[in-house]
Amino acid sequence: MAAQIFAYIKHKGGAVDDTALELISAARNIDASAEPIALVAGSGADLDQACSQTASTYKQVWKLGNSAFAYPNAEVLRKALLAVLPTDAIVLVPHDAFGMDLSPGLSIKLDATFVADVLALEVSGNDLRVVRQEYGGQVSSHSLCRMDKGAVINIRPGAFAPVEALASIGEVVDKSSYVAEVSTGREFVELIEAVAGDVDITKEDILVSIGRGIGDEEGIQIAEELAEAMGGVVSCSRPIVDAKWMDKSRQVGTSGQTVKPKVYLACGISGSFQHLGGIKGNPFVVAINKNPKAPIFQVADVGIVADLQEFLPELTERINEG
Amino acid sequence: MEILVCVTRVPDTAENEIEVNADGSDIERDSLVYSVNEWDNYAVEEAIRIKESSGGSVTVVTVGDGESEEVLRREMAMGADRGILLQDESFAGTDGRGLATILKAEIEKGKYDLILAGAQADAGAGEVGGMLAALLDFPYASLVNSIEIVDDKTLKVGREVDGGNIEMNRISLPCVLSIQTGINEPRYVGIRGIRQVASVQIPVHGAGELGLSTAAVEPRVRREDYFVPELGAGAEMLDGSNEEIIDKLVEMLKAKGGLK
Repeated sequence: MAAQIFAYIKHKGGAVDDTALELISAARNIDASAEPIALVAGSGADLDQACSQTASTYKQVWKLGNSAFAYPNAEVLRKALLAVLPTDAIVLVPHDAFGMDLSPGLSIKLDATFVADVLALEVSGNDLRVVRQEYGGQVSSHSLCRMDKGAVINIRPGAFAPVEALASIGEVVDKSSYVAEVSTGREFVELIEAVAGDVDITKEDILVSIGRGIGDEEGIQIAEELAEAMGGVVSCSRPIVDAKWMDKSRQVGTSGQTVKPKVYLACGISGSFQHLGGIKGNPFVVAINKNPKAPIFQVADVGIVADLQEFLPELTERINEG
Repeated sequence: MEILVCVTRVPDTAENEIEVNADGSDIERDSLVYSVNEWDNYAVEEAIRIKESSGGSVTVVTVGDGESEEVLRREMAMGADRGILLQDESFAGTDGRGLATILKAEIEKGKYDLILAGAQADAGAGEVGGMLAALLDFPYASLVNSIEIVDDKTLKVGREVDGGNIEMNRISLPCVLSIQTGINEPRYVGIRGIRQVASVQIPVHGAGELGLSTAAVEPRVRREDYFVPELGAGAEMLDGSNEEIIDKLVEMLKAKGGLK
């Protein structure tokens, strides 16, 4: 494996993202002895802090400093990365809102292969063999990806085990002077923080969470009655918010809230990784779904195959009876 | 504004259980219900709303086979002005890069101010929009959940980022945006609407008309097989009558602090 492997390091306020430690593991599945080069972009004191923190796990850190990188605008950063990356590079990027924004276009400009949302990978001859999930996690697939012209690979956060810190400290190489062009047709304006709702689901111990399987808007009432009986509140998955049945502040998932309840009752939720990514702290998960093959049953503690319209009111009644 | 929306026909995961066929070479496609990719449907709705408020036209385009026509007609029944089918034997089995290459060839035949695509499809990788933008050298924003027209050269778009936060960007036209679900409520399409566009001619463009060689759409990512993932130990499944299940469940909930 001759091509150099790079890892894009995310950071916020100088604190490096957990994915930085996971990308090293991913790199070592491509080449067991890989020492990937960390790419850290940003500006000011935050950048220096992020670089020194990254150097506790990466032997070499490439620092890309520019005031235009204060907020990670993928269009601007793509130009910076193109200025420093060799043509056959293998670039690992976390698969999230930023990675989805950056990587497809970066792969085109590098004339490299792109593969998104990778869960596992290994080298197979001259190709890379990757595992991905399709159809909302209902099935998985293996794909063979050409690597001869380099590759941009988006790695699902949490799919690879994080590595330990280095015994010695890595070297930070300032590559900022290579970055000439920082203007694009897209300009970052502002970040609008999520508005808090009437209920803060992130602080609740008991969540009755509903998904597409709840059927219709009246189903919310059934879930609310159950939540009230249990002493919890109702949260939901994305389709419920998209249908405007509940407020965004009630949405659990990577694009919604991160919750840490003791008990999580997933009602009619199939269990996409974006949804599961919003559940932390290892709660007791009960999944109720009419589809016995729903992926949620693979991660729940207890599973019940049932029709929600019938089952939830019966459960509520029983709890209310004491 | 002249708007092009890239759409695709997919198995509807809300309506289907997806299963792997006997030799793992494909999913079981018999009796699958197909529909327009959910994200694309939001993109078409947004395009129609922009047309309704500031004029112009909406074209929907898909890379697919004869059956993909139904998706184009559905989106035309919603209010898109025309549909274009990009169909060729050499397009089958291509990857995201190949699809972006095919779409770019079609886009360069016309003149569009704004190109929209769904942010992703269940079986896809959410890659075509970003690749297309890079091939066209247009600015790009992904996961867009709001669009405001500033003037005839600029849009202000909101991107949905982690934790429910919204990243606002100013972007120059022409540009490519990938649309996140929830940006709007796609309108209902009735049988009458479908009938009205049933006989509209849909042009079909193949590799020859688009000036594409087989090598240009050669995939770099090839799917080897499908399989059912082994994930964890799985849940303890509760069986029996509802009453029996509820008895067991209530005990468990009490033990885990799930009842106050």
